[in-house]
Parts: sequence; C-alpha cells; structure tokens
Amino acid sequence: MFESLKGFGVTFGTMFKKVVTEEYPEVKKVTAPRFHGRHQLNRHPDGLEKCVGCELCAWACPADAIFVEGGDNTEDERYSPGERYGMDYQINYLRCIGCGLCIEACPTRSLTMTNEYELADDNRQDLIFTKEDLLAPLLPGMEQPPHPMRLGENEQDYYVNGPQLAKEAQQ
Amino acid sequence: MTIAPDKPTAEVAVPEGHVKLIIDGVEVIAPKGELLIRTAERLGTVIPRFCDHPLLEPAGACRQCLVEVEMGGRPMPKPQASCTMTVADGMVVKTQLTSPVADKAQQGVMELLLINHPLDCPICDKGGECPLQNQAIAHGRSDSRFHEHKRTFPKPINISTQVLLDRERCVLCQRCTRFSAQIAGDPFIELLERGAQQQIGTAQEKPFQSYFSGNTIQICPVGALTSAAYRFRARPFDLVSTPSVCEHCSSGCAERTDWRRGKVQRKLAGDDPQVNEEWICDKGRFAFRYATTADRIKRPLVRDEETGELRESSWTEALQVAAAGLAAARDANGVGVLTGGRLTVEDAYAYSKFARIALRTNDIDFRARPHSAEELEFLSGTTVFTDPDNGVTFQGIEKAPAALLVAFEPEEEAPIVFLRLRKAARKGTKVFHLGQFTTPAVEKTLGTLLACVPGAEANALNALPEHASDVVDLLGKPGAVILVGERAAEIPGAFTAVAKLAERTGAKVAWIPRRAGERGALAVGAVPNLLPGGRHVANASARTEVERTWGVEEGTIPATPGRDTTGILEAAANGELSGLVVGGVDPFDLPDPALAEKALAQAGFIVSLELRPSAVTAHAHVVLPIAPAVEKAGSYLNWEGRRREFGTTLEGTGALPDCRVLDTLAVEMDADLFTQTPAASAADLARLGEGASSGSSLNVAAPLQSPAGAGKAVLATWHRLIGNGSLQVDEPHLAGTARPVVAKVSETTAQQFGLESGGYVTVATERGAITLPVETDDLPEGVIWLPTNSGDVTVRATLGAGHGSIVSVSGGKS
Repeated sequence: MFESLKGFGVTFGTMFKKVVTEEYPEVKKVTAPRFHGRHQLNRHPDGLEKCVGCELCAWACPADAIFVEGGDNTEDERYSPGERYGMDYQINYLRCIGCGLCIEACPTRSLTMTNEYELADDNRQDLIFTKEDLLAPLLPGMEQPPHPMRLGENEQDYYVNGPQLAKEAQQ
Repeated sequence: MTIAPDKPTAEVAVPEGHVKLIIDGVEVIAPKGELLIRTAERLGTVIPRFCDHPLLEPAGACRQCLVEVEMGGRPMPKPQASCTMTVADGMVVKTQLTSPVADKAQQGVMELLLINHPLDCPICDKGGECPLQNQAIAHGRSDSRFHEHKRTFPKPINISTQVLLDRERCVLCQRCTRFSAQIAGDPFIELLERGAQQQIGTAQEKPFQSYFSGNTIQICPVGALTSAAYRFRARPFDLVSTPSVCEHCSSGCAERTDWRRGKVQRKLAGDDPQVNEEWICDKGRFAFRYATTADRIKRPLVRDEETGELRESSWTEALQVAAAGLAAARDANGVGVLTGGRLTVEDAYAYSKFARIALRTNDIDFRARPHSAEELEFLSGTTVFTDPDNGVTFQGIEKAPAALLVAFEPEEEAPIVFLRLRKAARKGTKVFHLGQFTTPAVEKTLGTLLACVPGAEANALNALPEHASDVVDLLGKPGAVILVGERAAEIPGAFTAVAKLAERTGAKVAWIPRRAGERGALAVGAVPNLLPGGRHVANASARTEVERTWGVEEGTIPATPGRDTTGILEAAANGELSGLVVGGVDPFDLPDPALAEKALAQAGFIVSLELRPSAVTAHAHVVLPIAPAVEKAGSYLNWEGRRREFGTTLEGTGALPDCRVLDTLAVEMDADLFTQTPAASAADLARLGEGASSGSSLNVAAPLQSPAGAGKAVLATWHRLIGNGSLQVDEPHLAGTARPVVAKVSETTAQQFGLESGGYVTVATERGAITLPVETDDLPEGVIWLPTNSGDVTVRATLGAGHGSIVSVSGGKS
C-alpha cells in the first residue's frame, strides 16, 4: 500500500520540476553561439565571394564531404578578388560530421558555420548542398557577382583594408 | 642486447676511381666526381635544394643546400653548396643534421627566399606538391622577421599559350632556363635584369615556343611556371595518380596520369632512365582531351536499312549485324582489315587473329600512311626481330659515336629520340641528317645536314662512300646507329640503300615510326606477309605451328601474303573485296585519299571500330565504339621493341578495348580468339613465342631523278609534332605552340618562281591547290617543303601528293 503511494509521489513531485520537453518544431531551440550547424560561404562587403577555390577545406575534411573545383577569374567575369574563385563547391551533408576542421582550414574566412541545424531530408540528392545553397545571402550594399572589384584596385585591398573600405563605402 | 664491438672494423678498401669521405660522422665511399648532395642522398640524408636536378648541370643558384665542409683537417671558412661540390678524399662533411652552422645557414637562405615569395599558396597551383612549401615547413622559421612590402609583378603572364609565368613566386633557381638551354635547346626563356629586379622572362615578340616547354612546369620547384590547361583544376591530394604510357608516338614514354571524378586532369612525365628519363614532349603532356570530346561514340551504331542513316543500337544487335555482314562478305569476295597505327599490342593481335581465323585472309595492314613493298620487306626481315637486347636503344643512341638519320625528323616525329640525340651530341656523338634543309633539330643536335632532293635519299646514301667517306668511317665505329623514319617508305630504294650501308659499316639500324602502335602491330602480324612473332605466312611449318597453337584446322591461314593498305583499298574500290574492317584510320593520312574515299563508297560492307566519328563513319554499316588508351589496359611496343605495359587509368567507364569487341564479334562468327581482355590477349600471344627470321631480300634500285620541269618543283613534306592530328582535338593551349605554317624554298628557287620571303606561294597538283606564306631556307634547288598536315595545309587531302611528288608552284595569292 505504502509502496504504490510512493510511486505516485514521484509522479506528483515531477509536476513541480522544470519541464525538459522540447516543443520542437513549434518552438525552435536556440543553440549555443558556436554551435556547428550548416556551412555558409561568406561574401566581401561588395558581394564578391570570399572563396578562392583553394580546396583546403576539402583537404582538411576527415569525412571527405567537400568537393571544390577552382576557376579562373577574368576581367569580364569576376566572382572574387584575385585570380582564383571557387567554380564548383559542394558539401555532402550525408557525410559531414560537423567537426569544423574545414572552417579552421579556410584561409579567407570564406567558410564558416551557421547555427542552422535543420538538415534532415527524405532523399540523398537534396543533402548535397551546392554553391547556390551555401552562399551567404546578399545584404544591403552587396551586388550579385560577377562584377568588378568595387572596394579596391586588387585583392590586397580586400584582405588588408576590406572592413575599413566597406565602412567608408557605406558612409 | 648486442653490444657493438669496441675496436674499429677492418679498413674497407677504396675501389679504383672512388674516394672515401665522412658525412655526418659516417664513412662513405663515393665515385670520383659525384656531387656531395647525391652522396648524402645515398646515405639517406636529404639536403634541401631547389636548383639542383640530377639531369641538369649544377648551377648553385639557390644556395639552399649549404653544408659545412672540412678538407684536410681545415674547415672551409663558409658553408658550401653541396650541389656544386664534388666529393674528395678525406673530406669531412656535416649536413644540417649534425652541424648547427649548416642548419642556420639553410634557415637563413630559406628566409631570404621567402622575403619576396608571396603567401598565396591557397591560390597557387603548386600548393600541396611544392618543394618550397614543404621545405619551408621542414627547415624554415615558424615566423617571418620581414615586415616590409614584398616585391610585386603583374601576374600571371603568358610566356606561351600553355605556360604561365608568375614572377613573384620565382626563386631564380634557373631550372627552367637550364632545361631549355641544355636539354631542349630552345633558349627562349632567360634571366633578365639584375639585383632585386632579376626575373625570368622571354624576349619581346618571342614567346616560349618549344615542344618541351611542359617539362619546365614540372621541374619548377615553386609555382612560378604553371600550366594554362591545368590552371586551378585540382589539388594533388585530390588526384589519383596512375602510371601510364604515352599513346602519341613510338617512344613509349613513361607518364603519370592524374585524374579525379572519372576525368583526366593532367599528365606528367614519369621517370624511366631507359626510355624518357624524366622528360616528355608537350603533345604527350597536354593532348588527352580527345577522349572526352562531345562527339565521342559511346553506343554501337547500325545503319538503318530503311532510312540509310546510322542509328544507336544495342551491342547484341550491332554485333549480330556486323557478324552476318562480314560472314557474307567473307564468303563472297573476302574482307580486308585496316587497323591503323595506334593500337596496343593486345588489340593489334586481336585484329591479326581475327583476320586469319574469322575472316580467313591475310589482307591486313596497319600502315595507315604511305607505305611500300620495300618497306614491308625491310620490316618483316629485319625490324620485327629487333629488341632492346640486340637492337638500337635510347641508351645506345647516347653512347653511339655517330648517328645517321635517314628521312627522319626526330623533333617532329619522335621528340624523345631527339632529346637523346641532343644529349649524345653534347657529349660528342656526330649526328648526320639526310634531309632537305637545316631544320631546328639539325641545329639543336649540333648535326650536319646531308641535303638532297626529296626522293633522292637512296641515291645519296649509295653515294656516301664516294662523297662523304668521313660519314661512312664514323658509321663503321662500334655502336654507330642509323635511324630510319616513316618517310622512307615514300622513297624508292631507301630501305635497300640503308641495309646496304649498314652491311658495309656494321652500324645498327632502327626504324622509328611516328605512331605508337606500329611496331607492336608489326610484331603481332597485322601485316599482309607476317603471322605473329615475325613468322612468314608463306612458310608452311610456321603456319602449321600457329594453327596448332590457335587450335584451328590446318589450312585455315591462307598460304599467300595478302594485300597491303593500298592493295586492299584498290580491291575494295573495284569489287575484288566485298567488305572492310577499319580500325582508327583517317583516310586523309593515306597516300591516296581519293582512292580511300572510293573504296569506302564501293565496299559492300564496312565495320568501323572508332572512338570519334571520322570519314569512315560516313560509309560504315556498323560502328563499334572502343576505349581510348586511358580507359583500357595494354602495352605498346616502342621503336626499340621494348614492351611498355600500362594498366587501366579510368576504371568502369564501360568502354571496351578493341580486343574484347573483336573477340565477341568473332564468337558471333563461330571463331574463338581468346582475347576477351588485354591480359588474355597478351597470354595468348605469349603462347606463340617468336618465329625465326627468313631473312630479307631487299633489292630495290634507287630511281634516277628526272628534272621536275618548268613551273614545277619537287615536294618535300613531313608531319609536324603539333598539327591537325586526330588525338590533338580540343586542345587550344597545345595548338597555340604549333610552329607557323609556312612553305620553305631556297632563295634561288624563290627567285625562279618569283616568290618573296614573307609573301605567298600556291602549290598545286591536278587534285587541288594550297596557298600559304613562304619563307626561304637552305633547301636544294627546285624543292619546296610543306608541313603535311598543319592548319589549312593538308598535303594529302588537298594535293593527293607526298614526299618526292612533283608539284606546280606559282607565286602570290591565288
């Protein structure tokens, strides 16, 4: 008799404890600021891509989830400052383990990770993200590449004085 | 635990011509003249270096290989460059492993080299396989003390269509300039300026037009020279490297094919001291996209009976139609087989066996180019039995006291033979070119031109003892070689004269064809008069031997030699043959393209085995797709007779090698070839072994030259390395380094015909005419030279002419 009351007691006591249930997907969970979510390919303040197609991310990837192929910027068709840009960029989220070694390898801070974690799908093809899926959205003041370098004469200006120049451009 | 004996071991005797020295406390015996850097390498100590290359002369340009040296108990005041210092008796050397002085010196040099080297490794094509990157990590400081601005140059600049120069990255090691000057003999790239502004460059208006420029990209120890075709394509870690053999010429160079995602990205020279050392020509390096052109045939095609058009079909249907058609043609008047000159040994063997067993004919010929009965006699009597043990080899050329080149243009036809000839010539080999004018190859092999009118080479050879006894004397020295090119087939009496000269002097003769598969096709009997292994078809016991090994009925193989290429085409054109099996043959390479067109139009049934649509496809009843060299295994027999085996580079593409296609086709025709795979084909061929030579009876008299007549000239012509070849399609970067398409005449002849150097000339026969710019050179009188198949100049297709033909010449634009 006492034993069964003890069981109800546990149930009753739990009603006054903090609820651990996640109301997902109605309420989205806020992740830690450095959570390793979906990748993003960042842009320079004028919209040019930061990715130079160097493949260091693919090199660093322990799961072989990344495929990159470089391309040659021309004066008429420029995607990034400098000579080289990432022509083809794919991350296979079936393989990605979210370790973040790729973003550590990136020499231009092009590849970073967002906090977005909703990466489930019902087919394999859609889980191979291409450059279009990964590129950061165009913010105000940005222009869809290809376009000439707006923030300086050469890539040095972008890497050394980029943020400064962007600020000046906005004022 | 073993305790090493305390007392010193017995003194090791120093052999003659060797010295004893101490490197890092280890006693070592080295041959006199050896460079310190190599002796250390043999001990397993790698001294960092950039400018040093085993095949180039020492330069001591980069100073990265500094070591501490002590001679006769006295240390040298400063660290010494180990790449320029030879070993000496009693030398005591301390490398970076044991000497803090050497280590500090090396770090200092590294720091100096990195002062102006940009940190753009992420966008540099060399990144990941860069000696500077590797050594900076292994031997350099972890941070830089240099905070000033780096020296910059505009980048990159095209020094030719296929080589890009980035001067900021250059460490001035001079490997490229030394390669160009010493190995290739094309010093178009040089050091310019002085001091901090010193840089690599080309002369204005004179781009880096060399057939070997790709090698400088490969030996550049930084990313200063990069390939335009490979620019930003891939990273070394992402590439799969497969050893391969070049399919372009008869040298059979070792290559490394780098590919990813089922696509070849680049080719690099492999290291094979016996054949190509570490070099390949630009054609071998850059021409590989022919296999991925958009028009490649991937599915079998069958000509639709109703519409008369080719339509895609299944393999089963295509093979049935082909088998039925060929069987009917065989039973009517017979079928001829033209294999083309680019087959692997295994594939050529399948053609040879297919012709004998399934088609029961000897009408098979690999020579898709001008040919003669004399040539066949020479090849089947002599060449087929040569191999590296008894014939001329690359290394033999290097050691030869003299080399006579007959109707052979080494730089254009077999570039690696040219490199060996140049290497030999720089060491003292006398090179004689029997040709028409002083070509770049003559100059670069430090050679002597024996000029003659095209077609008169045989007469010139016969007259050698009389007019140039010094040449004959030199050829009489042991080791002397005579190299004969494919053009000799267009010169009556040339092979007879060569054989006679060889007999007189004792010089060894090598036949150097242009295409990779010709020597192999000869060895496996893809010729009218030979069975595999050099057995003559007319020899009854040889026939029986082959029939027994093949397990076929006696009498299957016809006893009489078959027709050659022209014979097959003539027979097909006038109905004496009912069908043709055609491998990779371009009718416009043949001596008479008009006859080939007629034969293709008249032949009752044509089966074409092809990679891409050709002039044959337009007439073929069945087209069977086959695999290009990268998608199959096999082997080539190079001109030395050396077996050059290679494996499949791109696996699983579904493309079938010729031997597999022919095997299945033969099964449809109730014959078993046992050549399902290249390995099976090679094994079947090995069971046959080699036959015995029946000797050759070369006796073709050299014709007397008649004067060309007014308004006429004798045509000299040969193929250029980079031209309209069917394996060079889709390669704009390579095509940009082709030599200018010009006609050449002597000054007197130019005056005679009213031509101006830099003006235009029209060369005509009754078939057609070609107009092109003309230059003057040191040709004999009354001779005009044209490239055979370059740009708009297609001598065979337009003129129907060849080397030694009489053509009319007139000045100006037509």
